[in-house]
Amino acid sequence: MRPSAVRLLNILVPIKRAVDYAVKIRVNPEQTGIDLNVKHSMNPFDEIAVEEAVRIRERLKDAVKSIKVVTIGPPKSAETLRTALAMGADSAVHVEILESAPAPEPLGVAKALKALIERQKEGVDVVIMGKQAIDDDAGQTGQMLAGLMGWSQATFASKVEVDPEQKIANITREIDGGLEELRCKLPVIITTDLRQVHLLNEPRYASLPNIMKAKKKPVEKLTAAELGVDLTPRLETIKVTEPLKRVGGGKVANVDELLTKLKEAGVTGKRA
Amino acid sequence: MLTRTVFRPRILNFNRLLHSSSRINRQLFDPSTVERVSEDVDVCIVGAGPAGLSTAIRLKQLEQKLGKEFRVVVLEKGAEVGSHILSGAVIEPRALDELLPDWALRDDHPLTQSATSSHMRFLTKSLSIPIPHPPQMSNQGNYIVSLSRFAAWLGNIAEEMGVEVYPGFAGAGVVYADDGSVAGVRTNEVGLDRLGCMKESFEPGMEFRAKVTLIAEGAHGSIAKELIQNFDLRRNSDPQTYGIGLKEVWRVDPTQYRPGEVVHTMGWPLDFRTYGGGWVYHMADGLVSLGLVIGLDYANPYLSPYKEFQRMKHHPYFAQLLSGNSTRVAYGGRSLNEGGLQSVPQLYFPGGALVGCSAGFVNIAKIKGTHNAMKSGMLAAEAAAAVLSQDSSSGPADMSKYETALKNSWVWSDLNEVRNLRESFNTPLGIWGGIMYSGIDSLLLKGRTPWTFRNRARLTDAQHTQPAYRFRPINYPPPQPPLSTDLLTSLTLTGTNHAEEQPVHLRVRKDGIEDTTLRKLHVQRNVSEYAGLLQRACPAGVYEYIEDETAADGWNGHKLVINSQNCIHCKLCDIKVPTQDITWTVPEGGGGPKYSEYLLLIVSAGMVHLILSLSSHYLTVYDSAV
Repeated sequence: MRPSAVRLLNILVPIKRAVDYAVKIRVNPEQTGIDLNVKHSMNPFDEIAVEEAVRIRERLKDAVKSIKVVTIGPPKSAETLRTALAMGADSAVHVEILESAPAPEPLGVAKALKALIERQKEGVDVVIMGKQAIDDDAGQTGQMLAGLMGWSQATFASKVEVDPEQKIANITREIDGGLEELRCKLPVIITTDLRQVHLLNEPRYASLPNIMKAKKKPVEKLTAAELGVDLTPRLETIKVTEPLKRVGGGKVANVDELLTKLKEAGVTGKRA
Repeated sequence: MLTRTVFRPRILNFNRLLHSSSRINRQLFDPSTVERVSEDVDVCIVGAGPAGLSTAIRLKQLEQKLGKEFRVVVLEKGAEVGSHILSGAVIEPRALDELLPDWALRDDHPLTQSATSSHMRFLTKSLSIPIPHPPQMSNQGNYIVSLSRFAAWLGNIAEEMGVEVYPGFAGAGVVYADDGSVAGVRTNEVGLDRLGCMKESFEPGMEFRAKVTLIAEGAHGSIAKELIQNFDLRRNSDPQTYGIGLKEVWRVDPTQYRPGEVVHTMGWPLDFRTYGGGWVYHMADGLVSLGLVIGLDYANPYLSPYKEFQRMKHHPYFAQLLSGNSTRVAYGGRSLNEGGLQSVPQLYFPGGALVGCSAGFVNIAKIKGTHNAMKSGMLAAEAAAAVLSQDSSSGPADMSKYETALKNSWVWSDLNEVRNLRESFNTPLGIWGGIMYSGIDSLLLKGRTPWTFRNRARLTDAQHTQPAYRFRPINYPPPQPPLSTDLLTSLTLTGTNHAEEQPVHLRVRKDGIEDTTLRKLHVQRNVSEYAGLLQRACPAGVYEYIEDETAADGWNGHKLVINSQNCIHCKLCDIKVPTQDITWTVPEGGGGPKYSEYLLLIVSAGMVHLILSLSSHYLTVYDSAV
């Protein structure tokens, strides 16, 4: 007698091509953002997510059916997908936007991912992604996606254990003051925290043989229109400037001088 | 959803100790027993510079012509194509016109700034005197480019044509067939720690077995060095001689910007015995490339190429150029060939050949080598295609037709015309003799002389170095920002970095021997006889001779420290160390400098970045900040 069919896991890993962490960024001359003519690479938190997905497969072996990576970005984002494929993902989806289009916002991304998940004939059991992108530091997409899908979520994960037979995942989260352990029913959205690097993994080098194999793995191209999603930003950035340069302070010799300086600065005192 | 909250104190380093591969358990890497993934290709090219990429592009063009398919792989140790290449540069488009006749129609080509004027100036401490320049230095029809961007552009074209380009993977060594011929190359190992033990992330390099292997590593390439030695390719040619080029790119004040202007200088700050000169090229977009080349056959071990360059900028001519609203945006350094025709080795060996600066085709009068490098690549491609079209089972590839073709091409006549100029500087008259002879030869005789000056004594640059007791230390002025800065500040502009836990890629190794005795001898001779030359010469601050009474591999209270993370891959040490016991090997691919057109945008946050890149130190800091 066959036991109740254990559904094989389908893992989706959304990734983002962001400004490389080592780049010294500058505000662009129009003051609308940063100069984007710099080196880009995969968001480090997403690297950890890809690595974690590959490690889950190493632990569960055949129980993981597929690891699919997806990115929403300009044509150059294809390179980031190739890196993820070289790290061990099976296939990729590239939701292409124009080079000149503004960067999508978390809500737009979450809606696009929802549409994508609903398109997957075999369904998605685990979505694992970085907790935030290092260019906008928004940290919202995972949570919004969970809300839209009505799925369980475990954010800032530092340890993940998936049990496909019981259809649950045990996840340890980083919270202020310590660690929290959650047991979530699948399907689940997990966002990975940096500390995972220590507890579990250091993202592997994409070795040259894997990079070469990755060239043959399938990349599906889609547009936002095909997903039925509008990625127009809802927020308008008015101005971006660098922080004011720190002006040197001065030392005062005694309390009287301090009072004089405070009065000069326009600070008045009031008797309590 | 069940929730169980557990409060655990945050022990910062605890988990790292538990879970990262413990050092005690790591095994030493043994190259003789490792199993490598092997891939068969038709042509494997080491180096994605103009020579390597021209070879690849030409091969793909020939595919259509010959009706055959060639699998072409190009390996590049830089993180991206263009990261490790550095030059002035003014290029003669002669080879590009032959390779891609319609290059001007492509909308992304980087040859946007023509050279509009050429000047030569002789500098004294305070004056800059215009002097006539040899006709070879007239730059009519040439372009001022960033060679880094040029290489990146060629790289895109190559990929579009189906060439497999793999940046971030270094050609680390040669794969030999049983008969001793070259059967391909292998890439570097990744994931070895400082002691050579295998970390958890260890992956052995892979092998590319190729019918034809072409080495395009640039000046003084590491694989080229091995092949030249193994196959005795220099038996009929003079040793190669080199210069070190130090470069900065500045965004100058608009009043000082004269787009297309090409200036070369001689004289100050170098003395009459030292070959070299400066340059100023006004590139596109308000940027000016400037620098100093010093012949590495300099005799005085107290000479510091970096400091000479910094003090040159205080000369009134440069000080004015860099005055006003100006910012430095880039710094870098690289060796270049100066040996010319006499130093070109035999170009082919069983199984492959040398192209570009790995062979050495720089025209020292024009101070240009890109056109010859590209043409050599194209000719090598044609010879390789012919070899591949023949019956494949007839032994290792014979690339001798490439050498014949090159000798019959304009590359040879280009180099022949100027073959005596550099050597004419090697007399007791120093640069005066050189200028006099070169003036006559280049203006009137144009190389049509029956004589060819040879380096019969086979003196290398290292051998030209004289002991320190014959000189007095040079009193360089301290750096005066913004015009001149200290070395480490400049170094941050190269964007250089190497992943931390990896073997030091600069080996104290001579004739295959590498041990403590050799290291002690190195320290002894370099400190006592040559006043620690490498410490002064390296443009990246890699080498230090410091006082340490307790060092096991030191001498007389001194030891050698190699800060290999700073390395910018210029190869000066391998060339110039008087004891000739530094062997430059490839580090893990993807490290090294990150030269690009706009270097400032790739600046890493200084030395701190070196620590940030991989290690948990950053993360522990991050944790405590949260």
